[in-house]
Amino acid sequence: MPDSGGEPVAASGAVTKAQNPKSAVNDFVVKFANVNGSGSASANGLFARSVMRMGVPVAARNIFPSNIQGLPTWYEVRITEAGHMGRRGGVDLMVAMNPQTWDRDLAEIESGGFVFYDSTKPIPASRFRSDITVVGVPLTAMCNEAYELPRERQLFKNVIYVGALSALLGIDIEAVKGLIADDFAGRQRLIDANFEALAMGHSYVTKHLGALPLQVRRADAVGNRIYVEGNQAAALGAVYGGATVCAWYPITPSTSLAEAFTAYCQDLRVEPETGKARFAIIQAEDEIASIGIVVGAGWNGCRAFTATSGPGISLMTEFIGLSYFAEIPAVIFDVQRGGPSTGMPTRTQQADLLAAAYAGHGDTKHVMLLPADPGECFEMGALAFDLADRLQTTVFVMLDLDIGMNEWLTEPFKWDDTRKLDRGKVMTAAELEAGADFGRYKEVDGDGIPYRTYPGTHPTKGGYFTRGTSRNPYARYSEEGAVYVDNMERLLRKFDTARTLAPAPIARPAKRKTRDGVLYFGSTTPAMHEALEMLEVQGRHLDAIRVRGFPFAQEIYDFIAAHDRVFVIEQNRDAQLKTLLMTEGGIDAAKLPSVLHYDGTPITARFIAGEIAQRLALGPLSTGQAEAAE
Amino acid sequence: MTYILKPQLHHPLLPTNSLGYTRRDYEGSVSTLCAGCGHDSISAAIIQACFELELPPHRVAKLSGIGCSSKTPDYFLGNSHGFNTVHGRMPSVLTGANLANRDLIYLGVSGDGDSASIGLGQFAHAIRRGVNMLYIVENNGVYGLTKGQFSATSDRGSKSKKGVVNTDAGIDMVSLALQMGATFVGRSFSGDKEQLVPLIKAGLAHKGAAFIDCISPCVQFNNHVGSTKSFDYVREHNEAVNTLDVIMPRDPIHVSYKPGESVRVQQHDGSILSLHKIAELYNPANRAQALGYLQARATRGQIVTGLLFVDPEAGDLHDAVGTIDTPLNQLNEAELVPGAAALEKLNAALR
Repeated sequence: MPDSGGEPVAASGAVTKAQNPKSAVNDFVVKFANVNGSGSASANGLFARSVMRMGVPVAARNIFPSNIQGLPTWYEVRITEAGHMGRRGGVDLMVAMNPQTWDRDLAEIESGGFVFYDSTKPIPASRFRSDITVVGVPLTAMCNEAYELPRERQLFKNVIYVGALSALLGIDIEAVKGLIADDFAGRQRLIDANFEALAMGHSYVTKHLGALPLQVRRADAVGNRIYVEGNQAAALGAVYGGATVCAWYPITPSTSLAEAFTAYCQDLRVEPETGKARFAIIQAEDEIASIGIVVGAGWNGCRAFTATSGPGISLMTEFIGLSYFAEIPAVIFDVQRGGPSTGMPTRTQQADLLAAAYAGHGDTKHVMLLPADPGECFEMGALAFDLADRLQTTVFVMLDLDIGMNEWLTEPFKWDDTRKLDRGKVMTAAELEAGADFGRYKEVDGDGIPYRTYPGTHPTKGGYFTRGTSRNPYARYSEEGAVYVDNMERLLRKFDTARTLAPAPIARPAKRKTRDGVLYFGSTTPAMHEALEMLEVQGRHLDAIRVRGFPFAQEIYDFIAAHDRVFVIEQNRDAQLKTLLMTEGGIDAAKLPSVLHYDGTPITARFIAGEIAQRLALGPLSTGQAEAAE
Repeated sequence: MTYILKPQLHHPLLPTNSLGYTRRDYEGSVSTLCAGCGHDSISAAIIQACFELELPPHRVAKLSGIGCSSKTPDYFLGNSHGFNTVHGRMPSVLTGANLANRDLIYLGVSGDGDSASIGLGQFAHAIRRGVNMLYIVENNGVYGLTKGQFSATSDRGSKSKKGVVNTDAGIDMVSLALQMGATFVGRSFSGDKEQLVPLIKAGLAHKGAAFIDCISPCVQFNNHVGSTKSFDYVREHNEAVNTLDVIMPRDPIHVSYKPGESVRVQQHDGSILSLHKIAELYNPANRAQALGYLQARATRGQIVTGLLFVDPEAGDLHDAVGTIDTPLNQLNEAELVPGAAALEKLNAALR
């Protein structure tokens, strides 16, 4: 017995009810607090997928430390029949499996919510809250009784709590079993053992506790959507985009992109007759070598990419500058995270925009694609290679940890078999032989894009020496100022051409006429859409536009011009997208109020709606609000 | 005037090789290096080697980093594609280029500043990956383009033109290449064309990572008394282990060598290296002995030149990666894009 803190609560399995427990069907948040390395990730994933097997969408997010074993880790599952894929904020049921974080985990539960815990060891009443319902299941005791090996005791404890939760929340145990059978197909012993653990938890709750007022009910809201990480989707996009060379260096949160590309290539890109690879993947010695390999392969006519994160971009910057001036196609997947070193790097941010947009030395600007979900990671992952070849430049695909490393429910990938890889302006041996005038950096078509040749094309024509800045349109060495300026002007024309090729923004007009707008991008998207719905209910109407590419399309500037003020929602401290809008579009800062979220957790609808509502209340009412107020 | 094109007129009696190219077809633009620079001699040796090997000039890709040596690819093989990359990073660019098209011949030209200091890591990793290339370091022990700072290959105790003594240990690129697993390692001297040209030819013909450390005195900053990389110092301390000729298989009787004093080594591409012993019995097939020999001679102040090690059966990075025979940059949609039907299956697996 504990020596302080009053009466122990739930020394064995029990439910201690709070006064006004929350009641919800297919709309609540479950958060798992675990110790990493305890095998909880697969059990928690099983829980989330079971809900989807019930036809109810989930939005699940890992919040994990920069560590392999022993530190706190969380997994948040939003159960949302309405299909809100953003993070809601707040927790209705905390599965508190980590004593280290007990107090903060309990504090996070919304009033009227629930805590599920291992009641083997009594916990003093003072460590609970009176406004939450406590559900105790003696998991450790059950495991110790059922299993001999420590490893079994640990792993099956996770499956037991999944069984218990399925009974508490009304998840059909057959749905869970179906998933286990799929996951371990062909390994009957594992299936049986997992079924047994699952039943143990389930029957304990059925016998001793009963169901909670938070319930999952069968629905038909998942449809044919797929459940996939953005990194995996982007990797598959690279396969479909015809990438053959990948050079990379391990860095969270981008590592799984290169690994997924490897797995997909081994599956889809092996020559059937010989078993040989139609790809080359190099784990390089660092990010500098990674981008060097990409630049070399791009120079020589391959579609090549690297996957990295902020620190990698810093290291690659010299090469990115060179490839801008030397006009070499390259694709960089930047899976954004918090700042340097360890810690925040396992958290999400959109904080590399400026670093990527202007990476290099001298005057440089780069194309960026901004996917909002894994579906777009696939699309833009493939498109990036067409754009890099067409524009002969570096193209960034800007994911973030939230999209990249979390599985999202997303529309199935689509591919049009009539689509051709756009290799851009490549002069062939036949064209050279026919007497085409080849100047590697010569403006020919008025779009700023010159023609190139692959090395080894023709015995006497089309060869050139690739350098950074010091050359004339025929790639000959020159240090003439006028020659340099002409070239830089052409590169600006090329950037203007990029404006028309980058993915167009998507507008989402308000239901009522309004002078207020909101501009957002990337992983903010689902939370933004939910926030707009929340604001609409409050009678606050905003037109919205989602940025999907840089350089900004003309529609973006038109949108800003058509509104009195445009909120710019970003997951970084310094308003980097706003900075780009001001710099590239010459827009007055006052017209672009910022809503910034940068604590490393994914932005929530509550946060956005709260911030915007507050600002709207302070400022003049827009037309839409005036109407609502009347 | 910063770019000097050579006139295209050829003397009608210039000899041609079997491809119909004259030596002039292997030249580039006029060198802008200092008169008498060792690097220009190396460029001339490269030109001669390519002409004699009868390489189609456009099938060679020449890559370099930054520095005096890295400027030289502009001065040979004018019809080839060249790439003046960034300082110390040529090896990665060459690696990527090689992955993209395994059918071209890759010549990396670098200097001691470029490869032994800023680029030491990339140098080591390209060698250990077995990238199929000839990597030449034009080694003068000095930063020429920034006017005379020591490089990492400067020997401890050597004196700069300004009288500063180098107190750091020098890096021996040849030993490093051996330790990193290079499958062809040689050293020569820019002023010794008879040794250098065959060495370059053999390196170009070698499959795998071939490395030549070519001592190339800097006429401005490192060719004075007190420098261990001056013309005089190298001439006095040169210990040649062998001389060699490359015999292309279709012309095996082209070269004469003294029976009983030579070792013939058949390389992977079928060419034959013929090594002529002069000083003593030296076996270039033993990596460990090569390292020991280099060390032993170095303690006596001797710079060993010649072909120090060769593995004629070496593989390359493509063998390790298992890439198809067709160059990756020639694959088309059908070979690269799995298509809509395959995607449907992938979607199904994600539900």
